[in-house]
Amino acid sequence: MSLPRPKPERFRLRRTMMFMNAQKPGLIKDAYIYGADSIMLDLEDAVAENQKDSARFSLYHALKEIDYGDTEVIVRINGLDTPHWKEDIRVCVAGGCDGIRIAKTESAQDVKTVDEAVTEAEKEFGVEVGRTLLMAALESPKGVLNAYEICQASPRLFGVALSGGDYRKCMQVKVIPGGIEMLFARGLMLNAARAAGIQCFDTVFTNLNDDEGFRAEVKQNVEMGFDGKSLINPKQIPIVHEMLAPTQKEIAEAEKIVRAYREHASEGVGVFTLDNGKMIDIAFVPGAERVIKLAKASGIYEGDL
Amino acid sequence: MELKAVGTAGTLESSDIMVTLEPRDSGGIDLTLESSVLNQYGRQIKAEVLASLERLGVKNAKVIVNDHGALDCTIKARVECAFYRGCGCDMDGKFDWGGVIR
Repeated sequence: MSLPRPKPERFRLRRTMMFMNAQKPGLIKDAYIYGADSIMLDLEDAVAENQKDSARFSLYHALKEIDYGDTEVIVRINGLDTPHWKEDIRVCVAGGCDGIRIAKTESAQDVKTVDEAVTEAEKEFGVEVGRTLLMAALESPKGVLNAYEICQASPRLFGVALSGGDYRKCMQVKVIPGGIEMLFARGLMLNAARAAGIQCFDTVFTNLNDDEGFRAEVKQNVEMGFDGKSLINPKQIPIVHEMLAPTQKEIAEAEKIVRAYREHASEGVGVFTLDNGKMIDIAFVPGAERVIKLAKASGIYEGDL
Repeated sequence: MELKAVGTAGTLESSDIMVTLEPRDSGGIDLTLESSVLNQYGRQIKAEVLASLERLGVKNAKVIVNDHGALDCTIKARVECAFYRGCGCDMDGKFDWGGVIR
């Protein structure tokens, strides 16, 4: 039996979040070897209605016995409109997962309802109250419109994710190269997440044969400012990691900012110019630190910051 | 909690195990095991199944197990699921995670 997992970190790096069917033993036993930052064991859509009970037993023992190492373990529970979600929460908390992904989130109240059930389960199973993190998946026009209130609904919430399949169905659109059909949802969700100070994740890309399309979408995700992406296949992981990795030029610039800021700050100076004439103040520091963190996670950082 | 009817869980896929529990009034546990790794792991699989049944309080049952290389965690999960299916009662909000299920 493996040791209990360390307390989850609310704002860790989550470039890649890969879905895995919690019911399939062949999948969950080596879920961690693919190198995703997070895995999402799925009790919802991947599990047939008559196997919902079975998936929970698999999940419980996987959480207790498989050593996932540094990979974050999230569980996607069934929606609040199903009879399953309460027991899903009990098993997640009892098993000690790092976080819960709430499917079909439509309001702040949905998050609060889950938050309360999680607190209750933490007390029941002797888990530190507040340990279990939450993320909310927006899957409908209503959920997207309520993004800001959802993003602020709980101190457990580390991020929001878009679920494109259901959203496109509601909007009566299909997948369009370039993503014009998702532009509003992505933009609104990103803005809401940033306003609330939480992370933001893009939807899955389901055509595994379309490498070029996948890369184009990841590129757009990076340009729009997403923290990461939900994935359905391990072969997508290295592509996202590669495309999110900063360039050597970006790393050098970030290092310069962090170092210069620290030097100036110790002398009591808050704003200064770099040798390239760029004005720097504290607003640039978090971004620069994020670049260094990404470079480290990508295995391309050779500096000593 | 008592086994009242036949309960089955699991599949015949690789890394999985199919467990069928059939209640009976007496005679203890009658376990039939087929496994793709019988020679190496037969004894361990049997021990895992029997330990789970004991925790669940099953004293008398016919147990048919068809294993395709399942890990211990999967063996336990399938025995427990077969048991609760055979009990046939609504357990939502009452599953004893970490108690008899462990």
